[in-house]
Amino acid sequence: MNNIGKNYLDIRYMDTLASGNTLLHRLDPRAKLITTLLFIVAVVSFDKYTLLAFVPFFIYPMALISAGGLPAGYFLKKVLQVSPFAILVGIFNPIMDKEIIFHIGSIGISGGWISFLSIILRFFLTVTAALILIALTGFNAVCQALTRLGMPRAFVVQLLFFYRYIFVLVDEAERMETARSLRSFNSRSMRFRIFISIIGHLLLRSLDRAERIYLAMRCRGFDGHIRLIRPIKLGWKDVAFVTVWLFLFVVFRMNNIPMRLGELVTEVFR
Amino acid sequence: MHMADALISPAVGAAMCAVSAGLIGYSSKKVKDAADDRKVPLMGVLGAFIFAAQMINFSIPATGSSGHLGGGMILSILLGPYAAFLVMASVLVVQALFFGDGGLLALGCNIFNLGFFPCFIVFPLIYRKIVGDAPTKEKIVTGSLIAAIVGLQLGAFGVVLETVFSGISELPFSAFVLLMQPIHLAIGIVEGLVTAAVVMFVRNARPEILNSAVRSKPIGQISITKVLAGLAIAAVIAGGALSWFASANPDGLEWAMFKTAGVEELESEDGIHQSLSALQKKTAFLPDYGFRQSEPQAAPEAASEPAWPAVDTGTSLSGIVGGGLTLLVIVLIGLFLRRRKVAH
Repeated sequence: MNNIGKNYLDIRYMDTLASGNTLLHRLDPRAKLITTLLFIVAVVSFDKYTLLAFVPFFIYPMALISAGGLPAGYFLKKVLQVSPFAILVGIFNPIMDKEIIFHIGSIGISGGWISFLSIILRFFLTVTAALILIALTGFNAVCQALTRLGMPRAFVVQLLFFYRYIFVLVDEAERMETARSLRSFNSRSMRFRIFISIIGHLLLRSLDRAERIYLAMRCRGFDGHIRLIRPIKLGWKDVAFVTVWLFLFVVFRMNNIPMRLGELVTEVFR
Repeated sequence: MHMADALISPAVGAAMCAVSAGLIGYSSKKVKDAADDRKVPLMGVLGAFIFAAQMINFSIPATGSSGHLGGGMILSILLGPYAAFLVMASVLVVQALFFGDGGLLALGCNIFNLGFFPCFIVFPLIYRKIVGDAPTKEKIVTGSLIAAIVGLQLGAFGVVLETVFSGISELPFSAFVLLMQPIHLAIGIVEGLVTAAVVMFVRNARPEILNSAVRSKPIGQISITKVLAGLAIAAVIAGGALSWFASANPDGLEWAMFKTAGVEELESEDGIHQSLSALQKKTAFLPDYGFRQSEPQAAPEAASEPAWPAVDTGTSLSGIVGGGLTLLVIVLIGLFLRRRKVAH
C-alpha cells in the first residue's frame, strides 16, 4: 500500500475510535471541546522554563485514554510523527540560552535545555489533547458543538461537506497513484509533468463530482440551506465533567504540586 | 510550516484565533450573501481535492526532496477569496484534529498564515493584477509564481512573528527569519510552478471553468480596507483583554523581538552612530549573540525566578522526587480506570 492509503487509514481509524460507547464518548461534544481548550490554554500559559509543573497535567490524557478505552501506543506514534517542526524550532534553545540554572548532582543543566524539554512536554500534551478530543467525539459531533457555540453556519457546512468527501477523493487519488505506480515499475518518484497531469485530472474529476452532487441535492429539494437536526442536550454529567477538570487545571496551574510533594517527602526523610 | 501549540503563548494564540474567527465570520457572511447554491458542494469537494492532492508528491530533480500542491492559490483562482478562505480553514481544522498538525490554539495562527495571506492579500493584489481579465500563458505563469512566492514569504514571516512574540522559543528574530525565508522561497517557487501548471492544465482541458471563475465577480470583490480594519479591531480587543495574562506571566509576552533588535541599546546612542549600529545589527547578527546572552539576559532571569522555584540547588532533589511521585500516581489512576473498564 502506498502513503496515501496509510494516511487515509488514520482518519478511518479515528472515526472507528469515536464510535465507541463509553461514558466519555456519550458526553456532550461541547463539554469535551471546551475542556480540551481549557486544558490547552492552561498548559500553554506556563512560562518557558516550566517542567515540573507539567507533570500533573498528564493525568488528563492518561485518564481519558484509559477510561475511553483508547490505544495509548497509537497516540504516542502519531505525536512522534508530527513532532519535527516543534523540535526544529525548540532545538535552538539549548544553543542560544546556555546559562546554568539548575543542578543535578554536579551536572549543570542550562536554561536552554530546560526550555527545550518544556517545549517537548507542551507539544506532547497539546497534541494528545486534540487527538483525544476527536477520538472520543467524532468529527460530526465536534462540528455540531461548533454550531451550538456560535460558529457561522456556512463554515460548519463546509467542514461537514469537506469531511464527507475526503474519503471519496482520497480513494480516487489513491487509485490514480496506484495506476501510475504499476505502469512505472513501482517507482516511487514522480516526474513533474506526470504529477501535473494526475493532479489536473483529479481536479477535473472533483469539479465534475461537485456538479453531480449539486444536481443530486437539487433533485432532493436543496434550497441553499443545510439543516442540522441532531439535538444535543447538556446534562449534569457534562457540567460535572467540565467543572471537575476546570477545578483540577486551576489547582495544577496555581500550585506546583510535584514540588510541594517532593519537599514534603524529602523533609520526612531528612 | 504548521505553527504548533507548544510554541505559542496564550495571548498570541487567542489574538490570532480571534482574528481568524473574525475572518471566518466575515467570509461566511460573504459566501452566504452571494447565495450561490452551487458553491456549497463545490467548496466541500474542492477542500477534499486539496487534501487528497497534497498526499501526492512529485520528486524535484537533483534535490532528493519532493513537492506538492499548496492550496490557497489554486482555491482562490477557482472559488474567489472568501470561499477559498473557508475551504482552506476547514482543511486546516481537519489536519489539526486528525493529524495533530499544529494544534487547536495554534489553529488561529495557521489559518491566518496559510489562509489569509494567499486568499486576501496575494490573490487579489498580485495574481489578479498580473493576470487580469484576459489571461495568457505567460501572465498565468508569472502571476502564479510571484503570488505563490510572496504568499509563502508572508506566511513564513507570520510564523516567525508569532513564535518570537510568544517567547517560548529562544530563537532570535533575525536568525529565525534567515532560517525560514530562504526555505520558503524554495517552497514558494515549487508551489508557484505547480499552481501555474495546474491552472494551465485546466485552461487547456476545460477553459470554461476558469472563465466562469473569473466572471463571478460578486464573490471576488474585496474591500480590503474593511477587512484590515476588522482585523485591527479584533487584534486590539484580543490583545487588550489578554494583557492580564502577560502580567501574570513575565516570560509569556517578553517581546523577544525588542531584545534582539536591541532597542534599549540603540536609544542611548544618537545620530549617525545609531543608524550605523542598526545597519550592523542587520548585517552581522551572529557575533552579537555573545554579549547579548550575558547582559540583558540577567533581567528576565531575575523576573522569572519565582516562576521557576528549582533555580537553587537545594530544591532540585525535591523537584525530581515530587515529579516522579506525581507521575506514579497518574499511572496508577490510569491503570485503575482501565481495569475498571475491562471489569465492566
